[in-house]
Order: sequence, then C-alpha cells, then structure tokens
Amino acid sequence: MKSVEELLAIKNKIKNQVDVRREDDQRVRIVIGMATCGIAAGARPVMTAFLDELAKRNLGHVTVSQTGCIGMCKLEPIVDVYVPGEEKVTYIKMTPEKAVRVVNDHIVNKNVVTEYTIGSSEK
Amino acid sequence: MQELSLNVLDVVQNSITAGASRILIEITEDLSANLLKIVIEDNGKGMSPETLRRVNEQFVSSRSTRKVGMGIALFRAAAELAGGSLVVESEEGRGTRVTARFEHDNIDRVPIGEMSETMVLLVMRAAEVDFIYRHCYNGGVYEFSTEQIKQILEDVPIDSYEVLQYIKQETHGGLTELFGGVRDEIS
Repeated sequence: MKSVEELLAIKNKIKNQVDVRREDDQRVRIVIGMATCGIAAGARPVMTAFLDELAKRNLGHVTVSQTGCIGMCKLEPIVDVYVPGEEKVTYIKMTPEKAVRVVNDHIVNKNVVTEYTIGSSEK
Repeated sequence: MQELSLNVLDVVQNSITAGASRILIEITEDLSANLLKIVIEDNGKGMSPETLRRVNEQFVSSRSTRKVGMGIALFRAAAELAGGSLVVESEEGRGTRVTARFEHDNIDRVPIGEMSETMVLLVMRAAEVDFIYRHCYNGGVYEFSTEQIKQILEDVPIDSYEVLQYIKQETHGGLTELFGGVRDEIS
C-alpha cells in the first residue's frame, strides 16, 4: 500500500464526523441487481456512478446495496429506490447517466424520474 | 461479459455465497509464455464430488428457485474462446479454486478491464470477508489486502464511501504503476 497516511486521514475524518446519521427508518436505500444477468447488462458502471455521485454530493443518509437476480433479466440493470414513507420505485435498463439523474431528481429533489421506471416501460 | 474483471466480480460472488472468510484473486500475466491466468480461491464450504462434476459439465446453480447458473459457464466460454481452459477444483469443507487460462495475445481474449471497480464492489458486498488481490505482470507484483486496510481503520467500517473511494484509487494507482504507466489494452 502506498498511501497509508491518506487512509489514516480518512479514518480520522470519519471518526470525527458528528453523527448526523439518521435513524434506520429514515434512510433512503438504493438496491442494484448484481447477479450474472445484471453484471452482463452493465450494472457495475451503474453502481460506480451511484457511489461517485453520492460521495460527490455527500449524501451520507443514502445506503447502496447489491441484490441477486429477480427473474427479469432482460430489463437489467434494475435499480430499486426506497424512500421512507413512499412506495418503492423500480428503475430499469439503467445507465451511469440515468443513475446521476436518479440521484439528483429523485433522491435530492424528490421527483421520481417516471420515464425510467418499470411502469412507464409497460405502457 | 465485456471485461474479464466482470467475470471475476460474478464468480467471486459464488465464494461469498459459499460462506468464505478469505478469498484470493490472483491474476498472472506472463507475456513470455503468452499466458494470462486468473485464479479465484476461497475457504468456503466447497462442493461434493457430484456437484463438482456437474459444475464442470453444465450450467449449475445452488439456488432452489432456479435450476441453472451462468457465471462459471460464461467464464469458461471466455477462456475457451481465447485458446484457454477453465478448471474448478473443490473439496467439501475446505474450499474451492477456479483457474482460468487464456492465450494472452489471442485476438478473442477479452480485456481484463477495471479490476479496481470490481474490488470496490466486492468489499461493499461482503465487508467481513478478507480479500487478497494479487496481480503479477511480467515479473512485477501488486498486492492489495483488505486485512491490512482493516488493521489501519480499526473500528471504522471498510465499506464507508470515503474508504471505498480510497480503495478504488489505491488499486487503480497500484495497477497503473505495475503496468509502467499505461495499461496495454483497450476495453
């Protein structure tokens, strides 16, 4: 490892952060399908885009996690967004560009990006 | 898959599902022997000889909701397309080792791609697992170990955003140096 000092600085920064973390039921959750089908369809760059955008905007109350295949492989990459108190929104055929827009419109400004949702594709 | 690093991401998830606490990912590029070798080794629960036989023959899944799995099959197809092979060895209670070989300069050999992104997603997926990623390129070696990072972090979680960003930069930087500044592949 090259930059141990850098890692120590990150450690101290995280430790010294005032705990602004909200209660678990207040957290926004993003769940990305990462089974073989999701990965083959491009889920990794989508995940990377979410992580980069959340880090850039310092959205510490949002958690990102990975899930398996839910049987809709042709619609992958699939992303579920859970905002507390609202219905789950399922986005399909995601790209890194769409991921940035979901963070900005849906998570920050609370406007669901309807045209990327599974519901809009069925119409 | 567009990159072999995506196959690695996919196949290592089998090791995580098998309950491994330590997973080694070793990529060897020996240009003089025209060999690219990718080894994934875990200390998970392993497979029975019967399951192992089926894994080496067909699409297999351990899930009960579905009968087929594609991960190993796709990895094997990528290897065989590039004049190579894939072997799965396993012992119940001991662990599993997947070894894929490729002709390094084969025109159909898929690029390795962004291993740094694969490592970030694996750490995110299973923060409790100790990952060792070793990349040997023409005599040089780069090694990344989450155990080392956890020792420095102490009680700070390794899957914090800031730490994940650090891991991405650290592995990307380490690999770039190993390749002498520029990766010799286009993906």
